[in-house]
Amino acid sequence: MRMPEPDADVIAGRGALVAALRGVLAEEGVIWSDNELKAYECDGLTAYRQVPLAVALPEDTRQVSRVLEICSEHGAKVVPRGAGTSLSGGALPLADGVLLGLGKFNRILEIDYENRCAVVQPGVSNLSVSEAVADEGFYYAPDPSSQIVCTIGGNVAENSGGVHCLKYGVTTNNILGLEIVLMDGEVVRLGGKHLDPEGYDLMGVMAGSEGLLGVITEVTVRILKKPEVARAVLVGFPDIEDGGRFVADIIAAGIVPGGMEMMDKPAIHAVEEFCHAGYPMDAEALAIVELDGHVTEVDHLIARVEDIAHRCRASSVRTSHSEEERLAFWLGRKSAFGAVGRISPDYFCMDGTVPRRALPEVLRRMAQMSARFGLRVANVFHAGDGNLHPLILYDANVPGELEKAEEFGAEILKLCVEVGGVLTGEHGVGVEKRDLMGEMFTDADLEQQQRLKCAFDPGGSLNPGKVFPTIRRCAELGRMHVHRGQLPFPDIPRF
Amino acid sequence: MPETFRPRDADQVRETVAWAAAEERPLEIRGGGSKRGLGRPTDGHDVLEISGLGGVTYYEPTELVLAAAAGTPLAAVEAELARNRQRLAFEPVDYGPVTGGPAERSTVGGVVACNISGPRRIQAGAARDHCLGITAVSGRGEAFKSGGRVVKNVTGYDLSKLMAGSYGTLAVLTEVTFKVLPVPEETRTVLVHGLEETAGIAALGKAAASGLEPTALAHLPPSAASRSAVDRVSGASDSVTAIRIEGPAPSVEARSASLRKLFEPTGDTGELHGRDSDALWREIGGVKLLPMDDGVLWRLSVPPTTAAGVVREIARALPRVGAIRTMFDWAGGLIWLTVEGVEDAAHGVVLGAIASGGGHATLIRAPGEIRRRVPVFHPRDPGLAALNARVKRGFDPRGILNPGRLSADY
Repeated sequence: MRMPEPDADVIAGRGALVAALRGVLAEEGVIWSDNELKAYECDGLTAYRQVPLAVALPEDTRQVSRVLEICSEHGAKVVPRGAGTSLSGGALPLADGVLLGLGKFNRILEIDYENRCAVVQPGVSNLSVSEAVADEGFYYAPDPSSQIVCTIGGNVAENSGGVHCLKYGVTTNNILGLEIVLMDGEVVRLGGKHLDPEGYDLMGVMAGSEGLLGVITEVTVRILKKPEVARAVLVGFPDIEDGGRFVADIIAAGIVPGGMEMMDKPAIHAVEEFCHAGYPMDAEALAIVELDGHVTEVDHLIARVEDIAHRCRASSVRTSHSEEERLAFWLGRKSAFGAVGRISPDYFCMDGTVPRRALPEVLRRMAQMSARFGLRVANVFHAGDGNLHPLILYDANVPGELEKAEEFGAEILKLCVEVGGVLTGEHGVGVEKRDLMGEMFTDADLEQQQRLKCAFDPGGSLNPGKVFPTIRRCAELGRMHVHRGQLPFPDIPRF
Repeated sequence: MPETFRPRDADQVRETVAWAAAEERPLEIRGGGSKRGLGRPTDGHDVLEISGLGGVTYYEPTELVLAAAAGTPLAAVEAELARNRQRLAFEPVDYGPVTGGPAERSTVGGVVACNISGPRRIQAGAARDHCLGITAVSGRGEAFKSGGRVVKNVTGYDLSKLMAGSYGTLAVLTEVTFKVLPVPEETRTVLVHGLEETAGIAALGKAAASGLEPTALAHLPPSAASRSAVDRVSGASDSVTAIRIEGPAPSVEARSASLRKLFEPTGDTGELHGRDSDALWREIGGVKLLPMDDGVLWRLSVPPTTAAGVVREIARALPRVGAIRTMFDWAGGLIWLTVEGVEDAAHGVVLGAIASGGGHATLIRAPGEIRRRVPVFHPRDPGLAALNARVKRGFDPRGILNPGRLSADY
């Protein structure tokens, strides 16, 4: 993975930069010893590593603003980081960049039950928001699988989803307000506790901006009342095509489940050997459908889902009758990544989204690719929204396997685009999928996106080298190529 | 003499905008013209009318996704969805009559461009939440796309959100893709009679936090309730607090019963079923329960708990008692307010009232000369205003798309 050429002058000026940072941050708020910097050299995408120039750990918005001003003055780039759980390398450091850690922003500032929202700092973990409001029966809906550690700030930057987003939406649908700091140190507030502020929806573009537009320093999230009850149905299928039809039939019946997950045979086996969740070993595909809400509604819909399962030739149908049973159904799915980690020294977790109807075809072609590359693949996916997580198993110690796995992954993502889907459903582009952006977007599409970045960060110093395959200067992007002349289209109706 | 261009496809839109950019001739972007009266006035320019770009381009009911050319009438899309028992869950509203324009002329492009959502916004999200992708032509005369046809997508910046609510000032939409949802089997509305504003809004908050998943929450003061064509709403000559429940029949029945039980100690309760329920929410969404003949109409988005206080403060600050009429949607977070017989739409009073609790005010309907003079959209902090202006320049550096519509500065 090629990153932007580091600026030798900035690296040479590290001493002055660190001194300036120490002038505004607490003693332990600046890290520059090689030993300590090593801890920050990668995020959840461990295949890529780079030790940062320095790490800054500010404690409040004013300090973030000062750190960004100082970095701007010194020409240093900045990479923001929450808990570092990105699976796409979004928080991969730069040799000439300061890693801006937001771990000290770990306070819940306000819980406003009457307006059904909470104001939190970006370093608060996703799960602790739900825990903080649990006593009153509320929760925060987006639940990425890393929710124990991943932070709300990172969730906004990546527009994180989770297993319940078919019904409850992703991060962008569940936030009301943001405070951000721009690269020049300016603090801007977007939204608040009210809905749909007018003006350009800058909160909408901050969600999923992967740390390239601004540093998030405060988030106002919506909190929801916990559903009265949740029940799950565990369904095994003799054929993946039956599983695909099952998912389509549920949607066609007008049912929107809280969650609808699937796994293929290799994933079922890895999971079953790991945690003995009681999954059917003979099934080619396994679906977990969760219904939540009012007890009358859930009971009614569970019966309909069971009926659809039988009509789709299900080989086994089990319905949870207690909370313990429901959690047991989920245990396997939730430990899938860990289970796969046990049967293979290394794995890549991919993240494309495809139209639901393309699921069987994509799985079939992935199996063919697996044979061609000689690498195993196990699939877990959010079937409700077509978001696939193929896990490509490889061994980094075998020369050439990493490269082969990367190539396999790229082929899968190209296939997703080919069938009408997209490169990434929830993990982000980062560095991992950066060079594949051309598969989905034209130069004009990408240039327009970069012009948006120019409005926020004209110097291109915030998290460069991520998302965009080619870095373009804002002056060049702003230029207009104008061809004056007569209206060149006599055939456009005019009045 | 201004001309009207009516391109037939996205390519002709691109050619027209590229020409206008080269000539620096501003364009007024128009779909069906239903919302011409919305926003700051922008007239005297050539008109780019996209009604020639019509038709559903992609619809897969089992994918819950529909794409249509931007000029497609909203009614056509809704009819197509209804045939498959699906809908746009954000409940788009025809702003034509609300803003003094023609009825039933809304296009899907206009709905997205103005981010218009109805009563279900509180539960299902806004137009922007249901817009999965767009194709558009920037003010540079370049075609671009964003998003896709799947619900879960984080590939690149979410420019679809940016287009939603941009009032055609960044780009001309040529196609929009929506997430659609099934129409629930049954709909009912629980009514609670006779609550004054603070108690009514508190009741809405209680319902929202009840776990009974209401899909719309409105409070109608007596003057608004009395205008309803639904007898059980207008007949009581008192305020009505309305809570909508949707879903499978047995669930709706059980949840309505639970709600009524919840509010029995609070006031008299009643219930609307099916068509009556639909009619009431059409009246609420379409702001039909406020006098439309004269006076100006404001739309305030505020934290729900501040709503009653905001209205009290506005009433107190106005010189004449009874000059305002109000209605509350979105659990109290959306205030509709008409003001009669005041200078400059009483904008100073309205903006002042929400200054402390936070929120935004938009002057939805007023004569053009007033909309030219007073802030139609909520004034922004200087830093945010400057950022908005830079975003505008990135898409439309020559300022040819709907100049002045969203801001006096661009």
